[in-house]
Amino acid sequence: MAKIIIPTPLRKYTDQNRAFETDKETLSDAIRQFVDEYPEVKDNLLDEEGSVRSYIKLYIGDEEVNPAKNGSRELNEDTEVSIIPAIAGGK
Amino acid sequence: MALEISTDALKKMQAHAERDYPNECCGFFYGLEGESRQVRIVHEVENAKEGDQSNRFQISPKDYQKAEKYAIDHDLDLLGVYHSHPDHPAEPSEHDRKVAMPWFSYIIISVQDGEAASTRSWRLSDERQFEEEPVSINEFSTRKTPQNLEI
Repeated sequence: MAKIIIPTPLRKYTDQNRAFETDKETLSDAIRQFVDEYPEVKDNLLDEEGSVRSYIKLYIGDEEVNPAKNGSRELNEDTEVSIIPAIAGGK
Repeated sequence: MALEISTDALKKMQAHAERDYPNECCGFFYGLEGESRQVRIVHEVENAKEGDQSNRFQISPKDYQKAEKYAIDHDLDLLGVYHSHPDHPAEPSEHDRKVAMPWFSYIIISVQDGEAASTRSWRLSDERQFEEEPVSINEFSTRKTPQNLEI
């Protein structure tokens, strides 16, 4: 099954699990299944319109993907979708 | 929750902040999460912000993925991110708050005229507001002797 790799700061909402296995075949269905399983993740991952928040990126391998634009992207058995906080800031 | 940090780890962050002055520096720290957070290892990371780095920092997705992998491989927790505020207080800005992640500790080092002046740590509340967490020095020997950090 495809996997969603969960970053450390979101694990407090996923019972400390580091990965979520999904039987869904598209990126948007997988993300929906993930936030349905762990509803507390939703506010930190998605904005009011259901898009991934601007300071969080999703990657499949080296490619950045976004459910709003690449929602129909097909997932294979061995696809790993990484959730990566865009770490930034400044004075 | 309090943050305990070894002298070596603290010195490494402060030296990095001074070296990159007047630009902002950034990095990750790792350790153990228990009754308090124990910072044991510090890794410097390249500031990937394009253009003026005197008031902004950014960490590349690749470096972030490496940090997560390092934590798993070494059975440590990726506890948070540090960065510097050149000629500015060690307090999070609105920009820091908007893009901050829950759970992580955010250590900020104020650098005044090229010298590290104060080091403070912050965490997001459930209301997405930063709250300061106390920082103390701990050498993590068998006998714990924490002492207050001069800030």
